[in-house]
Amino acid sequence: MNRLETLFQTNNKQLLNIYFTAGYPNLEDTLPIILELDKAGADLIEIGIPFSDPMADGPTIQQSNQHALDNGMSLNKLFTQLKDVRKFTQIPLVCMSYLNPILKFGIENFCKKAKAVGIDGIILPDMPLPEYENNYETIFKKYGISVCLLVSPDTEEKRIAKIDKLTTGFIYLVTGKAVTGSNLHHNTTQVNTLKRIEKLSLKSTVLAGFGISDAAGYTLVCKYVNGAIIGSEFIRLLSKHPKNRKQQIEKFIKNIKA
Amino acid sequence: MKYKIDKNGYYGEFGGAFVPEMLYKNVQELLQAYKKIVKTAAFKKEYLQLLKDYVGRPSPLFLAKRLSALYKTNIYLKREDLNHTGAHKINNTIGQILLAKKMNKTRIIAETGAGQHGVATATVCALMGLECIVYMGSKDMERQKPNVGRMELLNAKVVPVNSGSNTLKDATNEAIRDWIAHPDDTHYIIGSVVGPHPYPEMVTHFQKIIGEEISQQLKKINGIPYPTAIIACVGGGSNAAGAFFHFLNNKKVKLIAVEAAGKGLSTNETAATTLKGQTGVLHGCKTLLMQNKDGQVTEPYSISAGLDYPGIGPLHAYLYNNKRAQFLYASDKQALKAAYQLMKLEGIIPALESAHALAALEQIKFKPSDIVVINLSGRGDKDLETYLKQQAQ
Repeated sequence: MNRLETLFQTNNKQLLNIYFTAGYPNLEDTLPIILELDKAGADLIEIGIPFSDPMADGPTIQQSNQHALDNGMSLNKLFTQLKDVRKFTQIPLVCMSYLNPILKFGIENFCKKAKAVGIDGIILPDMPLPEYENNYETIFKKYGISVCLLVSPDTEEKRIAKIDKLTTGFIYLVTGKAVTGSNLHHNTTQVNTLKRIEKLSLKSTVLAGFGISDAAGYTLVCKYVNGAIIGSEFIRLLSKHPKNRKQQIEKFIKNIKA
Repeated sequence: MKYKIDKNGYYGEFGGAFVPEMLYKNVQELLQAYKKIVKTAAFKKEYLQLLKDYVGRPSPLFLAKRLSALYKTNIYLKREDLNHTGAHKINNTIGQILLAKKMNKTRIIAETGAGQHGVATATVCALMGLECIVYMGSKDMERQKPNVGRMELLNAKVVPVNSGSNTLKDATNEAIRDWIAHPDDTHYIIGSVVGPHPYPEMVTHFQKIIGEEISQQLKKINGIPYPTAIIACVGGGSNAAGAFFHFLNNKKVKLIAVEAAGKGLSTNETAATTLKGQTGVLHGCKTLLMQNKDGQVTEPYSISAGLDYPGIGPLHAYLYNNKRAQFLYASDKQALKAAYQLMKLEGIIPALESAHALAALEQIKFKPSDIVVINLSGRGDKDLETYLKQQAQ
């Protein structure tokens, strides 16, 4: 059982997953930010592996991706940065990227290195289900890397059931018809989507993301599903290069979870 | 038929539909509508009628006598440059706008590089009274100003894209993001044979009339319904797919695709995907892709805004791997030289993209009895500034 599975078994409510881009704002910030998020009270962390063409992301995450690449971020670099991460923290870590950098690295090679440093799961929004089932599922399973699949407001129930069955991590519920970082505050699609998912009583843990940026969004989401994912708003905090970053991150998490 | 797409949307190992879940339903809806509607007699009739009366098809097949004399062979130009809006792009936008209407979509988005696809989309949106938003890299807006003006006159909203290399790849990302945010009322008209299944197949379907006409026209001219060779430029590859498709199974026809070498194949400033690329996933399909060792997509370069795309359509990747098509590469300089030559010898100002196809004549020796068709995919009005500036140098 990896750390993600353990977390979902012991505590499955009001989970807060924070996304940040590896190698941003500075190349060597990856590990310190993980440790600061852990200390501040995040329940799990989503590490963005930057990609040149992040098609599901809005301007904030796009810019952080480009910035990280300009800093020299890469998968090899990430595995070096994280080689000792498990000496310092047991917080579940999930990688988020697009398919191309992982394919180029080699799926099996990625899984091997990810397992070695202690990565627990992966999110690849542009990986189609048939590709996953036919080509990758056994590899991810072999290395115990949990795969988190997406559900959107337009996903039909039969398909949700299939995704629920295939997901080995959590279901990433996209609550709005939007790219990341959009303002969806209490938008009807968002609330309807959450209600619809709650009613389905899925076997998988469901974390909702896209357009969630503060305590109000977190509280709303947690009424219906297991937790929330916040990305763009956290990147905005990092982009200001705060001198007292550690305190700022603590304040950020505390405000959301209050 | 060996070159037909399989039921999962693949040409061999290339193709597929690599889209995030937010677009799954849209892409499925489009696939079902495409399969159901496009084959119907009513759709075909409306499509072909518009191509005839509005676009001006069939486009002429012109024997370029002075060019033929120079290269000691028989060179025909397929005059897609004479279509309404000045390029082959409108064959596809007519087809897709009719499909969008049938799907009750009210809002149309598109990406554009050289602006030809943007103009062709703005045109059919005006014709059908639909809202039109075109994403265009800010660098391309600068170098293809006349087309920006044309789109705006046609009532389209042109949105400048300032990310990545500020060109076609980035405009495509932005159009995909728009579609994610507006899945219900919006149809995305992709301009090339790229993107998730069914786009590569569908755009090829709407462009294949080019090859079908070439066959009919050659039959009338000399009794043989196919040429020795067809030459077309490839960025994403829609004009080449349209010109080649009818002849894919006829091994007597040599298919020659010309990619942009930019400043040269030994430099990084090139768009020669088949030489510089490896298999990868971008914009919803698996294909040959220019990328670095970390799988980051690299910025292509060509003097021609319509050819600087880091990938090629999955059909072309398949034709390249199977050697059914021969791929050549023309640099900026070679393309310019071929363009000035066509102006001088035949009184035709070609688009910079099409000039790359013309440049192949310097690289292949044809026999005096050969029949060579060059797909003159567009006209050069949009490139006047470049042509004048380059000539002065």
